[in-house]
Amino acid sequence: MFRNVAELVELAESKNVKIAEIMILQEMEFSGLSREQIIEKMDRNLTVMEQAVERGLKGVQSVTGLTGGDAVLLQNYMKTGKALAGNLLLDAVSKAVATNEVNAAMGMICATPTAGSAGVVPGTLFAVKEKLNPTRAEMIEFLFTSAAFGFVVANNASISGAAGGCQAEVGSASGMAAAAIVELAGGTPSQAAEAMAITLKNMLGLVCDPVAGLVEVPCVKRNAMGASNAITAADMALAGITSRIPCDEVIDAMYKIGLTMPSALRETAEGGLAATPTGRRLAKEIFGSYKQ
Amino acid sequence: MKYRSAFDIIGPVMVGPSSSHTAGAARIGRVARTLFGKQPNKAIISLYGSFAKTYRGHGTDVAVVGGILDFDTDDERIPSSLTIAREAGMEVTFTIEDTVMDHPNTVKIRLFDEDKELELVGISIGGGTIEITELNTFKLKLSGENPAILVVHNDVFGIISSVSTVLANHEINIGHMEVSRKEKGQMALMVIEVDQKIKLEIMKELEELENVSQVIKMVD
Repeated sequence: MFRNVAELVELAESKNVKIAEIMILQEMEFSGLSREQIIEKMDRNLTVMEQAVERGLKGVQSVTGLTGGDAVLLQNYMKTGKALAGNLLLDAVSKAVATNEVNAAMGMICATPTAGSAGVVPGTLFAVKEKLNPTRAEMIEFLFTSAAFGFVVANNASISGAAGGCQAEVGSASGMAAAAIVELAGGTPSQAAEAMAITLKNMLGLVCDPVAGLVEVPCVKRNAMGASNAITAADMALAGITSRIPCDEVIDAMYKIGLTMPSALRETAEGGLAATPTGRRLAKEIFGSYKQ
Repeated sequence: MKYRSAFDIIGPVMVGPSSSHTAGAARIGRVARTLFGKQPNKAIISLYGSFAKTYRGHGTDVAVVGGILDFDTDDERIPSSLTIAREAGMEVTFTIEDTVMDHPNTVKIRLFDEDKELELVGISIGGGTIEITELNTFKLKLSGENPAILVVHNDVFGIISSVSTVLANHEINIGHMEVSRKEKGQMALMVIEVDQKIKLEIMKELEELENVSQVIKMVD
C-alpha cells in the first residue's frame, strides 16, 4: 500500500515494474477480485470514455445552450492545416472538450477523477494514441497509472471543487494524465512523478467558479487547458526536466491553498466568473425566478 | 484512507455533469432508499452548502430523486427523475438551507409513507464517493477508512453477541462499533467498522439472524 507519490515511485522502481502494475496489485489486494476481473472493469470504463469522445466529436449541445459544438469547431480547424499548435495537442484539447460537452449535456461519461474534470485523461490518452499506437492493454494501464496518482491526491488532499477549487479537480486530472502519458511514452516512474508535479504546480490556486452553478463555463475550457498542460508537462519530464518542489509537497501545497480559499471560489457560483455581470445575467436567463 | 479503490478515481461511469453533485448525490439518495426498504410516497430533501447553491445547475435535485427511485449513477433516467417520481405518485419537496454544515456538500433526506419515516444525512466528498453522517438523528461516526456495515435490528438482548459471533466465525475483526436505539425495545442500529472486506455471504448470514431486519454496506 502506497500513501504518497514517493512511496509509489519507490515501489515501482524497487520491483522494476510500471506504476500501473502497482495500482493493479493494490486493487487486487483491496477488492479480492482477480487481475482479469479488474482489467475487465477498467476496460468497460475505457469503452465509456471512447463512446463519450465519439459522441462529443459529432457535436452535442447542453440543455442551457451554454456549451456544445466546440470540439467539432476545433477538429474542423485542424483539418484546414492552419493550426499554430501541433495536431496532437489540439486533438487532445478537442477530445477533452468533446467529453466535457457530453458531460454538460447530462450524457454518459466516466469520472476521472470527477465528472467536471472527466475530459483531461481520455482527451490526452486518445490523442497520444495516434502517435504511440498503444495496445488495448497499454491503454488500460494508462488509466491505472492515472488512478494511482489520483489516489494519492484524493487521500492526501482533495479532488473536489467544492472542497479544494478547480486546482483539485482539473488540476488533479491534468497531473494524473501527465504522469500516465510519461509512462505510456516509455518514461520512468520518477519522470511520471515529475510530470505530475510540474502540471499541478502550474494549476495551483485555480478557483472553482461555475457560471450559474453549471458544469459548463468555464469547466469545459478548463479541461481543454488541463489537457494541453498535461502534454506539455509530460514532454518536459521526458526531456529530463525535474520539479524543484517534490510532487508530494506540491500536492500538500494544493491542499493548503484549497483550505484557505474563500467559499465563494469553491463551487458556490458566488465568485469569480460566476459573479461577473455576464455570469450573473446568464444565471438569471437560465434559471429566472427559480434561482436563489 | 477515504478512497480505497482505483475505481473511486477512474469512475464511476455516470450521467453528467458532476461526480460529487450528481453521482454522489444519487448514491446518497439510493442509500436512503435502500435503508427505507421501498419506494416512499413522500420525500423532503434539504440541501446545504455548495449543494444548496448549485443544485439546479449540477442536477443534484434530479440525482437525489433518481437515487430515491433506486437508479444507479449511470441510469439514463436520472435527468427525468422528477417526472418519473411524480408519475409514480411520489411527492418531492426541496428545501434550501442556509445552515453551514461541516462539509460543503451535505444533503438531508426524509422519506415517508403511511407507516414509517426515515431521516438520513449524507455528504459527497468528491469523485462520487459519499459518507452517511447521520441516520434517524443518530450520528454515525464513520471514519470512512475501513469497511463498515450497518445492522438494523430490534432492541433485544443477545443481538449484539449474535452479530459479533457471525463476524468472528468468518475471522472478521471489529475495529469500532456503535449501538443506538430510539427507545428501549424499539428499532436499533449497529454501526460496525471492520478490518476486512465483508463478503456477500456474510451479509446474508447476518440478515438471516433473528431480530435483524436489514444489513447494509456503508463503506465498501
